[in-house]
Amino acid sequence: MTDEIAAPAKRTFGGKLLIAVPYLWLLIFFLAPFLIVFKISLSQVAIAIPPYIPTFDLAEGWQAFTDNLAELSLENYLWLTEDALYWKSYVSSVIIAGISTMLTLLIGYPIAYGMARSPRAWRPTLLMLVILPFWTSFLIRVYAWIGILKNEGLLNQFLLMLGLIDEPLVILNTNIAVYIGIVYSYLPFLVLPLYASLERLDGSLLEAAEDLGSPPWKAFWQITVPLSLPGVIAGCFLVFIPAVGEFVIPDLLGGSDTLMIGKTLWVEFFNNRDWPVSSAVAVILILILVIPIVLFQNQQQKMSEADG
Amino acid sequence: MAKKSIGPVRREFVPWESPDHPPFIEFRNVTKKFGEFTAVNDLSLKIYEREFFALLGGSGCGKTTLMRMLAGFETPTTGQIFLDGQDMAGIPPYRRPSNMMFQSYALFPHMSVEKNIAFGLKQDKLPAQDIESRVAEMLRLTKLEEFAKRKPHQLSGGQRQRVALARSLAKRPKVLLLDEPLGALDRKLREETQFELMALQEDLEMTFLIVTHDQEEAMTVADRIAVMDKGQLVQVATPAEIYETPNSKFVADFIGDVNLIEAKVVEKSTTGTRLVSVTDGFVIDSEQNTDAGTDETVWYAIRPEKVRIAQGTGEAGAVNQIGGLVWDIAYLGDVSIIHVKVGEDDHDTIRSTFANVSRMVEKPITWDDEVVLTFDRDAGVILRG
Repeated sequence: MTDEIAAPAKRTFGGKLLIAVPYLWLLIFFLAPFLIVFKISLSQVAIAIPPYIPTFDLAEGWQAFTDNLAELSLENYLWLTEDALYWKSYVSSVIIAGISTMLTLLIGYPIAYGMARSPRAWRPTLLMLVILPFWTSFLIRVYAWIGILKNEGLLNQFLLMLGLIDEPLVILNTNIAVYIGIVYSYLPFLVLPLYASLERLDGSLLEAAEDLGSPPWKAFWQITVPLSLPGVIAGCFLVFIPAVGEFVIPDLLGGSDTLMIGKTLWVEFFNNRDWPVSSAVAVILILILVIPIVLFQNQQQKMSEADG
Repeated sequence: MAKKSIGPVRREFVPWESPDHPPFIEFRNVTKKFGEFTAVNDLSLKIYEREFFALLGGSGCGKTTLMRMLAGFETPTTGQIFLDGQDMAGIPPYRRPSNMMFQSYALFPHMSVEKNIAFGLKQDKLPAQDIESRVAEMLRLTKLEEFAKRKPHQLSGGQRQRVALARSLAKRPKVLLLDEPLGALDRKLREETQFELMALQEDLEMTFLIVTHDQEEAMTVADRIAVMDKGQLVQVATPAEIYETPNSKFVADFIGDVNLIEAKVVEKSTTGTRLVSVTDGFVIDSEQNTDAGTDETVWYAIRPEKVRIAQGTGEAGAVNQIGGLVWDIAYLGDVSIIHVKVGEDDHDTIRSTFANVSRMVEKPITWDDEVVLTFDRDAGVILRG
């Protein structure tokens, strides 16, 4: 008897423990660093190690702590609104990431669709091919694109050889190179969730649509696309979010006029050694990314609740 | 003597008996191969307008392939399919005048019940008013009015089944194809739905083609049944004919319960045939004339409910009378099935159905009772294989 009663209680404790793991993970590796960055963003730049004040040494006692607290201010955030460079970087980042995400979707959808409709025996191989680039360092792959895209690079040599162009195309150090870099690097992140949702799609739904008078190309828009939307949204988020803050690709492939917040942040942090301002830049970046996503998810939840 | 007919007659509808009656659906020497595997083998079949026709068979017998060829999802390797006089070759599914109710229902999960039902009508670009009124009619017909705005995942299995039915009926197809339509329902709901289907088919004056592995379902709903095996038709007949006059051991065994007795033909006359059981030596006198020659071994198939059972011992050498011991009893409520051991071997039993017409029995039949089994001259059929 006691066993029967004890068992569910134990399970609930185990269940709580299981849920606690991801929360703990987020707390330690997301929330805590975020709070540190947020604190630095409220500090002032100083020539010291670390290069900001106050530093909050707990050994100095309670009085020092409250004094330090009083020194914190929103000055750095005001500074971000005063210099046009920052908001231009944000807007430019969002636009570049947005265009790249659209391009990735245009290329990734047919790939995911083709994989999902391929013979079952091929699918593990195709999936492997999508994941394969991850086995090489990201940095090396971006460097490789320099070799391909530069004026005397492989692409220009090839096009010249075919006689399609008379002069080498200037691609490297332009926004086009940045688009190519982002699309290439983030394609698997879009293909994988999209493939998962397309593969789940019940083939009899398409047959039913066809049976009811919808030709295959119409059935694609009426059935396949709406039902793969969760995969599309997940994939787009996985591309868009890291692309907004991308630094390596615009730094290596982009030109001096390629304005992205990741680069601005880098310059602020390493060249100007202004940790407080660069922290403020990072905090605003998170807000730009998190707020729309939260609003979107709220919207989705309301929609599914309206259904239920 | 009045002409005997087989089984109860549901409705006077026998177009297949007049050779001039034009078929509505015709399969003409249709073969379908998947690689090396032949799913349908040189099959010809005529189905008539307003008929409720069932394709019955075990899994892999080709019944679903046959239906999918009519719907256009599979192309025959050879042969032709006609629907209402039109050759269906090269016509894609979306332009065929047939609609299908899928085994999985295949309801569009992102659309409400009414949008699901309206889907086919929208493809035909019907005016919005017409679509609306047709959808309303279908909702009424399937008693789904209050669920119109729900999504499929918010419905029960029975409700989903009705949505699938409404959706496939909405376009008023020339033929409705039902692929194992009631397989996912529980027994009670399935039986109710069978009668609903029959009433719908009668009211809408449509042709229904149902694929099923459930013989009871086929026998309940269908005007005629085609029993399939290994890509071929074994027998095409009314449910009563299939049950009472199976044309082969396969059909006799597949449909319902049957005693198959191996017997040798000993005497042939104008009034019937006399057989002797190969293993147990009892004599069977049948009014059926057979093509089998004298001394040929045949199968005598007799349904358990046509074998009467009584306590006592039989007379030696009597005709259509077998003595034995009660070996096992299955009490099913309405009937009991009594296994009677008639030979030396434990497996050598004949089953007799005993209708439990009285609640109380003074001296019930029990294990090891001596019993005698009797049956009429027209109770069984002689089968040659």
